[in-house]
Amino acid sequence: MDIRELHRTVDTADLDLWYGSFQALRRVTVSIRQGLITAMIGPSGCGKTTLLRCFNRMNERYGNARIAGHVRILGRDVYDPDVSLIELRKRVGMVFQRPNPLPLSVYDNVAFGLRVHTPRARRSRRTEAEAVETALAEVGLLDAVQGRLRRKGTELQLEQRQKLCIARLLPLKPEILLMDEPCSALDARGTEAVEELLRRLRGRYTIIIVTHNMAQARRISDECVFMLSGEMVEHSETAAMFVNPKDRRTEEYIEGRYG
Amino acid sequence: MNDPVVPAPALSLFRATSFTRKKIRVQKAAGILFGAMACALLVPLLALVVYLVVNAWPALTWEFLTDVPQGGMRRGGIWPALIGTLYLVVFSRLFSTPVGVLAGVYLNEYAKDNWLTRVVNLAVVNLAGVPSIVHALFGVGAFVIFAGLGKSVLAASLTLAIMTLPVMIVATREALAAVPMAFRVACWNLGASRWQTIRTIVLPNSIGGILTGVILEVCRAAGETAPIMFTGAIFFKAVERWDFFPYSPREQCMALSYHLHAISTQVPGVPEPMLYATAVVLLGFVLAFNSLAIVVRFRMRQRKKW
Ligand SMILES: Nc1ncnc2c1ncn2[C@@H]1O[C@H](COP(=O)(O)OP(=O)(O)O)[C@@H](O)[C@H]1O
Ligand SMILES: [Mg+2]
Repeated sequence: MDIRELHRTVDTADLDLWYGSFQALRRVTVSIRQGLITAMIGPSGCGKTTLLRCFNRMNERYGNARIAGHVRILGRDVYDPDVSLIELRKRVGMVFQRPNPLPLSVYDNVAFGLRVHTPRARRSRRTEAEAVETALAEVGLLDAVQGRLRRKGTELQLEQRQKLCIARLLPLKPEILLMDEPCSALDARGTEAVEELLRRLRGRYTIIIVTHNMAQARRISDECVFMLSGEMVEHSETAAMFVNPKDRRTEEYIEGRYG
Repeated sequence: MNDPVVPAPALSLFRATSFTRKKIRVQKAAGILFGAMACALLVPLLALVVYLVVNAWPALTWEFLTDVPQGGMRRGGIWPALIGTLYLVVFSRLFSTPVGVLAGVYLNEYAKDNWLTRVVNLAVVNLAGVPSIVHALFGVGAFVIFAGLGKSVLAASLTLAIMTLPVMIVATREALAAVPMAFRVACWNLGASRWQTIRTIVLPNSIGGILTGVILEVCRAAGETAPIMFTGAIFFKAVERWDFFPYSPREQCMALSYHLHAISTQVPGVPEPMLYATAVVLLGFVLAFNSLAIVVRFRMRQRKKW
């Protein structure tokens, strides 16, 4: 096996996706490297969210989505018939545009993932409490919610809610975190806090972040994927892409000619 | 240096024109008219309650509730009918609540949007519109005769259950649909199964709406006469005062709605206040449960914050 293979955690090959008769992804071939932050940019409606949802097979919720081509996570084709969505989503976590903590306590929000994956007989309060504390500490929320773990997660501030949504993925020890415009509902300070958090998580998780905001992509990502009308136009190192884009369309987008 | 000269505004600036005044008049008139309609809604209800209570007053006593009918229904109280209605309500809810809730959960949470689901949905909506007398005839055919239950509490309860099932399903579906999709998506993305999602998130957050549906259907089951008339209601049964278990499920029972129908049409010489008092008890039963539904809904709305 090629050594470079090992570093590729998310791969697609000639990925097509149709919603009904509308083709939302066209022959997308992209390979995302382990431990890096990869940003996906492109104008609204170009298929960023759709591509992201292919990685944890969330598009299947939409009855009319049809797919051709391959998506491999950690080398395994996730559209193989024997792939369990439950196991897949345990390893591939997702964060949404609007923070969506569950209507449970902060503690239960973070423990939720562990609980749904552990048979009742094997659950232990101690392990659970430790995992919750570690996860909250990892996203820098522990101090803020210390002593208020029984409060509802839906009552936190917006930025804290988004951090909670990231924290609840961590006890499952995911390899990949998918983030769909995680800051678009936040104010400037919240955005900064989440970006800071992403930098801290970098290296331990493979992070793929969709963003509308080119400046953000530039600030936090190692590599950048530029999409347009369902096609992947360019995938380069972020620094290189913004200084010296390879494709004319990328250049025009970065210059703000459309978007 | 001269200040820039602002020309004096025309006197007509921002003044209402005659057309504007007309618009405002029409708007006010419409508001008053609609408000009057909303109030008009209260008038019949209040009038009804007052009229019934005033006429029933002489007969409205504790005795009336707890005594058994005497003198060929012309004296005494309504105890056996009260207990009979309770029987019918409890038995019919025992059948229709689990089936209705589970079907509602299936339709809202599991079912894909295909032709079969659409047919089921259509059937549910149409069943809700079937007149109760038709349910009664169905009950006679299906439960009294075909299932061999005879005229009995069981047959009447099953008929009431079938009659209230569509609304139970619709109420459950609506309660479930009020739980934001984002919660389900969050659960699925953590690898929760559909059932885990339903059990831990969806049901706990829709139980208020489901309960409201149950309570409202209690009222319907208590109030309808037609479905029980041919399937299990009986004109009279000798029952002891304060006997809470006078009927067995395979026996016929008395019921408030049917009792009211019987004494007002079949028995000559029943004192008027007794008729009205029976109606007041039935109405009170329904209003009490309706208020309970309102309280439940209010409490649930206060509790959830998302
Ligand atoms: N569930 C769906 N059904 C039909 N079309 C969809 C659906 N989701 C997205 N689309 C369409 O697919 C295209 C890509 O959407 P999306 O991936 O959400 O874009 P982006 O996230 O880049 O803004 C858009 O044209 C959108 O209208
Ligand atoms: Mg999007």
